[in-house]
Amino acid sequence: MRVLLVDDEEELVTTLAERLSLRGIHVDWATDGEGALQLARSNLYDIAVLDVKIPKISGIRLKSELKKLSPGMKFIFVTGHGSEDDFRAGTAEAGEGYYLVKPVNIDILIQKMNEVLRVKEGE
Amino acid sequence: MSQDWQELGEAGLQFFGKVTASISHEIKNALSIINESAGLLDDLTVLTEKGVPLDPVRIKTHASKIMKQIQRADGIVKVMNRFAHSVDEKVKNVDLYDVAEFVSVLSARLASMRGVDLATLRPEKPVTVQTNAFLLEHALWVCLDFAMEKAGKGQKVMLGIDEKEKRARVNFTGIGLFKRSPEAAFPGEREMALMGALGAEIEVDEEKGELVLSLPSGKTTS
Repeated sequence: MRVLLVDDEEELVTTLAERLSLRGIHVDWATDGEGALQLARSNLYDIAVLDVKIPKISGIRLKSELKKLSPGMKFIFVTGHGSEDDFRAGTAEAGEGYYLVKPVNIDILIQKMNEVLRVKEGE
Repeated sequence: MSQDWQELGEAGLQFFGKVTASISHEIKNALSIINESAGLLDDLTVLTEKGVPLDPVRIKTHASKIMKQIQRADGIVKVMNRFAHSVDEKVKNVDLYDVAEFVSVLSARLASMRGVDLATLRPEKPVTVQTNAFLLEHALWVCLDFAMEKAGKGQKVMLGIDEKEKRARVNFTGIGLFKRSPEAAFPGEREMALMGALGAEIEVDEEKGELVLSLPSGKTTS
């Protein structure tokens, strides 16, 4: 599984990347949309895990830009919103994408990743 | 309640909501980093139990990350506490630079999202106003929000403080030339109600790319 992590909090993405790597998952990370797009131009990812609010470009817009580069890529959104209800209301345009509320439980994140990949394989 | 005060009350609550939402988002980020660093320490412990040697440098790095984020969260909570106490006194003496800098801190996340840098320039002499601190914070917030929107990505908005003809002024510069949108007039009714309560004025000069908020210095303004 190849994962692209995007969050403007560098300490968060680097530590989460380290934890996922310990579990045998290949992870690249970026702290902004431009960095994420640059990585996606030269690498193939199965899943992108995106913070909803990242500087200069929203996670939702970044998703559509990444989709153009890699139509098969799947997405999981992570949000710092207070509750899942707030997030649902605020990001209705995220469609049926998977999402998690910070702080994220790594086991649940991996479970979501596997669910996303199963949907991908079933397409 | 007059129409103006009703407008002011609704706008004030919206301002309070936006600021607290932004602060809670920041706290969530600090907690997330603590969560991942603590989780990594746990992962390393599990590996040690399986016979993988423990790397003390890694342990120290992540323990330091946790301590740093606890300090960050403590700073955020202090800001939130100060903001919550803005409504304690109806009128008080405030240092305009101190309040402008505080509003910049409150706006930091929104500025970062827009790709805008903020800087508050300390005046040579302190500029004091006697006013309602919460209303002043709100007025500075709406001006800064307008300035950041007009400045756009990659720009640096500066807040300069001075005193001229018995008026304390905050000059928002770095906005660049802009066109005012007829659909979203600024200052609008709500901003005008806010300025009325403060005895303040907003001057916008789109041809020069200037925005100035001024209010009487050293006088009761509400």
